[in-house]
Amino acid sequence: MTLVLQFCVGLIFGLGLVVSGLADPAKVYGFLDLAGAWDPSLLVSMASAVLVAVLGYRLTMRRSRPACAADFQLPTATVLDRRLIVGAAIFGAGWGLTGICPGPAVASIGLRTPGIEVFFPAMLVGMLAVRILPTELRRFGTSITR
Amino acid sequence: MISNFTPLASAVGGGLLGLAAALYMGLFGRIAGVSGMIARLLPPTAASAGPLAFLAGLAAAPVLYNLLSPEPFMQTIQAGQGRLAIAGLLVGIGTVYGNGCTSGHGICGWARLSRRSIVATCIFSGMAMLVTFVERHVIGG
Repeated sequence: MTLVLQFCVGLIFGLGLVVSGLADPAKVYGFLDLAGAWDPSLLVSMASAVLVAVLGYRLTMRRSRPACAADFQLPTATVLDRRLIVGAAIFGAGWGLTGICPGPAVASIGLRTPGIEVFFPAMLVGMLAVRILPTELRRFGTSITR
Repeated sequence: MISNFTPLASAVGGGLLGLAAALYMGLFGRIAGVSGMIARLLPPTAASAGPLAFLAGLAAAPVLYNLLSPEPFMQTIQAGQGRLAIAGLLVGIGTVYGNGCTSGHGICGWARLSRRSIVATCIFSGMAMLVTFVERHVIGG
């Protein structure tokens, strides 16, 4: 049952990406390309998403536990460390190169959009690469910059 | 020059994303971060079933939409294989190293008023804009 619910929530998420157009890199580029015919749609989508999520979080996080899990598993880190900043910069560079981020990439799998057979495995390789990160780089990443 | 602005669709679509994030928190108690879910498939364990089901739903959404909608949704990926490979690598590295992506940091993190997520979002958005500008208006393609 939980898996069915997971699927349904994923479906809603995917529909959000489709209806907002954010699953289409061309739409995303409309926002990212400041010097082009600028399209602020992404800002509206994100603002709407955050607004609904804020309200939803207020309702859901007030409870003692989630409906289908033993407890909440939330990020606890608060420090702005180098890992966050460098990671975000690297992700941003990748996002800017093709306008594809993880959500739209998964949508591409469903649509079998040409090109995803290159992007997605590369993304998995990148993720795995960080996992086997040598200790020195990990230590670098946890340095506090601010 | 605003040419392709779709405020209503953006608001509705964004609302669905926010709804999904709220449901994910209320049902499963977690941040709805797509990069995190993909990462939890590597390697596959018992805990991978949930994220896999979610991602299957995400992948099914445009297919279902196209079955029901008079106007099919299409994606345009205009990048050569080399660029796709590099971009994929960077997105994979960056989202795991930086602990999140546009959904995890950009939506859920902001909804939690997380300073880390707000900073991360500004950084990856600014970087994406910079890279876009350079590749489109400096290098010229």
